[in-house]
Amino acid sequence: MAETRWMTINMGPQHPATHGVLRLVLELDGEIIVKAIPHIGHLHRGVEKLAENRTYHQVIPLTDRLDYTNAMGNNLAYVLAVEKLLGIEVPKRAQYLRVMMAELQRIAAHLIWLGTHVLDIGATTPIFYTFREREEVLRIFEEVAGGRLTPTYLRIGGVAKDLPEGIEEKIRDFVKTFPQRINEYETLLTQNIIWLKRTKEVGIISKEDAINWGVTGPTLRGSGVKWDVRKAFPYSSYDEFEFDIPVGTVGDVYDRYIVRLREMEWSNSIVRQALDRLPKGPILSDDPRVVLPNKEMVLTDIASLIRQFKIVSEGFTPPKGEVYASVEAAKGELGFYIISDGSNRPFRLRIRPPSFLNLGALPKMIEGSLIADVISTIGSIDIVLGEIDR
Amino acid sequence: MSEPHLAIHKLKEKFPNSVLEVETFRGEITAKVAKKDIYEICRFLYSDPELQYHMLTDLCGVDYFPETPRFEIVYLLHSFKLNHRLRLKVRVKEGESVSSVESIWKAANWLEREVYDLFGVPFENHPDLRRILLWDGYEGHPLRKDFPVEGPDFDKPYKPEV
Repeated sequence: MAETRWMTINMGPQHPATHGVLRLVLELDGEIIVKAIPHIGHLHRGVEKLAENRTYHQVIPLTDRLDYTNAMGNNLAYVLAVEKLLGIEVPKRAQYLRVMMAELQRIAAHLIWLGTHVLDIGATTPIFYTFREREEVLRIFEEVAGGRLTPTYLRIGGVAKDLPEGIEEKIRDFVKTFPQRINEYETLLTQNIIWLKRTKEVGIISKEDAINWGVTGPTLRGSGVKWDVRKAFPYSSYDEFEFDIPVGTVGDVYDRYIVRLREMEWSNSIVRQALDRLPKGPILSDDPRVVLPNKEMVLTDIASLIRQFKIVSEGFTPPKGEVYASVEAAKGELGFYIISDGSNRPFRLRIRPPSFLNLGALPKMIEGSLIADVISTIGSIDIVLGEIDR
Repeated sequence: MSEPHLAIHKLKEKFPNSVLEVETFRGEITAKVAKKDIYEICRFLYSDPELQYHMLTDLCGVDYFPETPRFEIVYLLHSFKLNHRLRLKVRVKEGESVSSVESIWKAANWLEREVYDLFGVPFENHPDLRRILLWDGYEGHPLRKDFPVEGPDFDKPYKPEV
């Protein structure tokens, strides 16, 4: 009898369907995957180490570059942690603006996911539509914050600037048309027989396994766990918004697809609610320890000038202690754990990356399935290597 | 003092000598526990029917150089039943190892590898303890406080072997 041998295949790190620089070593028995070993770290920049050598304000731009499709959400998680450490209250208007931007960003992030995920599987059309809508969101960001991919819009104590004139109309237009756009994607995919064959019963992970592997976000909800940080530990006034948590049943690629589509609809609804009820008032806290005085004061008042100089050059010194704050980012629970030793730099800044743990569960999802399913499974857990490698 | 949290209460009852200190800061509960019992404590918190800390949200290391014990391993557990997060901490001396909790939560597999990679703290009974973010053969552990930010080879001339 001929000897049977497993074949080892190297996939990545520059394979287009691995969404960045993920390298997978697959051991195959024919077309069946016996073992999958992910290798990560090609994009490791040492963000946690860098953060220890920067003042609290200087860390915000670093967070944009973690999950670069979800910059607003990353900013939010970080500033929430610092605000918790300082114990400062954020004005209502700023909270609503944060919610609005975070949800727009979630829509943009899910649109990238949808476009690239279906492109991997072979449907080349939807990416043109999803990027059309994503462009609208990025244009809104550009007007609001000045940046498209890395807006760095949030500040400790509030947001960088108020909404520019006329932007509300543009956001309203987007919110009005977007539900029809989701319908357009659905007509291309949801009932498409090829799509169904490639996604149904593929890459399954059960409820218990998903929790045990620390999976969060749409991937966890696809497995039927109705859990969302926005509901479980509401932050930034999320308890004042009406929305539901969509869940799947089987935990396969298709369920995760449906969950994300429904999530976009709810995000859209949250943006509309925030826009309708946007309170008037300041956009920054008035805590003199952390917030810069306004420009006019700096130019006319010596005390404000000194304060501005002190905050910019030295930063501020939060009390000793440690806090963990997390948000529901597009990929899952993104947390920041900050240990302060009372100096002006974080003693330790730990980022709890959702994609890192979601990717850890990838071998569990694909072992025993066909090699062609690897592509759709990787796409469905929606990883961003910038966040995994940090 | 208000009533201690259910988890802390049960933990103190079950492991009276191993719960060293309990702190609350900004509403977050942290329990410092003895290193030798960390596995049993985690097992208990996971399996107790009233607590059910079924998810390991995060596991990370901290370096308190030059203190001894030098390192601290921080576990952040989450219970869906109680909707509660609990933080556990153990102190580890340099060169010592910690029991792996991988057999309780699979999530610990990669998280412990990361601590091993960036701090150099080994974990006992870990099935696959390799470097994760840096490559095999890399020297040093970057998140240690005595590791320079620019890297150890910064500004040194590179001389290829001839």
